[in-house]
Amino acid sequence: MTHPAPRSTVTDPPWVRRLLISIALVFLGLFLVVPLATVFVEALRKGVSAYGAAIREPVALAAIRLTVIASFSALALNVIFGIAAAWAIAKFEFVGKQLLITLIDLPFSVSPVVSGLIYVLLFGLQGWCGPWLFAHNIKIIFAVPGIILATTFVTFPFVARELIPLMHSQGTEEEQAAVSLGANGWQTFWRVTLPNIKWGLLYGIILCNARAMGEFGAVSVVSGHVRGRTNTIPLHVEILYNEYNFVAAFAVASLLALLTLVTLVAKAIVEWKVRQESQSHEN
Amino acid sequence: MKSFRFKQHSVLPGFGLALGFTVFYLSLIVLIPLSATILKTTALTWTSFWHTVTSPRAMASYRLSFGASAIGAAINAVFGLVVAWVLVRYRFPGRRIVDALVDLPFALPTAVAGIALTAIFAGNGWIGQWLEPLGIKIAFTRLGVVVALTFIGLPFVVRTVQPVLQDVSAELEEAAASLGASRWQTFTKVILPSVGPALLTGFAMAFARAIGEYGSVVFISGNMPLKTEITPLLIITKLEQYDYAGATAIAVALLAVSFSLLLVINLLQWWSHQRNGGV
Repeated sequence: MTHPAPRSTVTDPPWVRRLLISIALVFLGLFLVVPLATVFVEALRKGVSAYGAAIREPVALAAIRLTVIASFSALALNVIFGIAAAWAIAKFEFVGKQLLITLIDLPFSVSPVVSGLIYVLLFGLQGWCGPWLFAHNIKIIFAVPGIILATTFVTFPFVARELIPLMHSQGTEEEQAAVSLGANGWQTFWRVTLPNIKWGLLYGIILCNARAMGEFGAVSVVSGHVRGRTNTIPLHVEILYNEYNFVAAFAVASLLALLTLVTLVAKAIVEWKVRQESQSHEN
Repeated sequence: MKSFRFKQHSVLPGFGLALGFTVFYLSLIVLIPLSATILKTTALTWTSFWHTVTSPRAMASYRLSFGASAIGAAINAVFGLVVAWVLVRYRFPGRRIVDALVDLPFALPTAVAGIALTAIFAGNGWIGQWLEPLGIKIAFTRLGVVVALTFIGLPFVVRTVQPVLQDVSAELEEAAASLGASRWQTFTKVILPSVGPALLTGFAMAFARAIGEYGSVVFISGNMPLKTEITPLLIITKLEQYDYAGATAIAVALLAVSFSLLLVINLLQWWSHQRNGGV
């Protein structure tokens, strides 16, 4: 986004500018900066060694491992889905396209708690498939597969939603040229489409990953909270907090806060890259 | 007569595979589990479903969830407009950092936000210690719920209003100014009507997000039934008591509200596009 220079005939008096900038900064400072700073201040309240000890604890490490496994699984599934959905929706005209786009966005409007509940009702012991799964000794709810499913659900639209408008705006001419020159489908995708969408794809992956690693409500419903086995980082934070072990809770939470900062920086860089790319396309 | 065709002809390959996989995966992860949940309520009779979703405890939770979400979204509508205005119209040091920071509530895990806000607003917290002597308690009260829901809805209004504000044509404002309108008149008569639909969309999005929110609220609200218990928490409580039918009934009521809001938001977005000449 390039911003036009402020126009002299329609600018506000200096006192209005100063007042509005102050209001905006105080509001954002109170609601964004103070909470973020609090996480790190509370985490380091008893020094660096207490901080390190909280993070190196075996159950904390197990939670980190599970979070990485669950979010990478969800990410892989949603990237494959996002590319397939964007290819079908952006490159072809067919009946029911708008409905399909709406359905893909559906998980964003479902409460995280309900997102977890739907899998409990399907795979839990009281659920539709529960007795069959129990008879075959397959555990989904209160186990890792349930956590992966719930994480996949809440991050479902991220990649598709980034790619659909991007691929749509790029049109199909380059792909048509590749096909008419004799490239097959995969060659067209790998050599023409993928290089064009790489930054948009990365953007979707960054957002998807941040949400997947931090998901709390949905995972909390399906996890069963078994320490060291089905606890993700956010659930581990909750347990520590409820045990009044505040320093450890904030120490583990600070890992997620760091991830947030990395996400915001990466997001800003990728947005800048996308802008550059679309400008060079236009020229 | 033109025969009905599901798909227009294209030389590109892979349509069948891509669409087939999309529909299969969408059904597996989203549509079947959601439908199964709604079907599950048919195990209840209509009277027992109604009895569950209108029980005093459920009604109290709706009042809190809807009320606090509406207040949070209204706070965000006012301050979000100011933030969007400042970011689009003014130049000041650190503007880009502030712009990037607005997305923080999207990226910060809700549980982390929850414990941080609780620490700040508790009686001995950074801000709580100044408010407590004034008789204002935020943590573990309904005000705490409002604070958490304001936090998580913050980016919506800013991000929906920002692009529209950028596109408000300079000529319109200049015309208003040259016809003798004061700056305030230009704002209320020219600028506000053009960002109105986007502002409403942002409000509705923040409201919809807040209704379902769980992670940031459970820490700061006292979680007292009938007083500070939000609807998503009531679902969890019922699940923990193995009341699957009750949890499902309230979840379906919440889903109905969420989907209605989704419809409203889509209509608002459509209206907003019409207003601004469509993009």
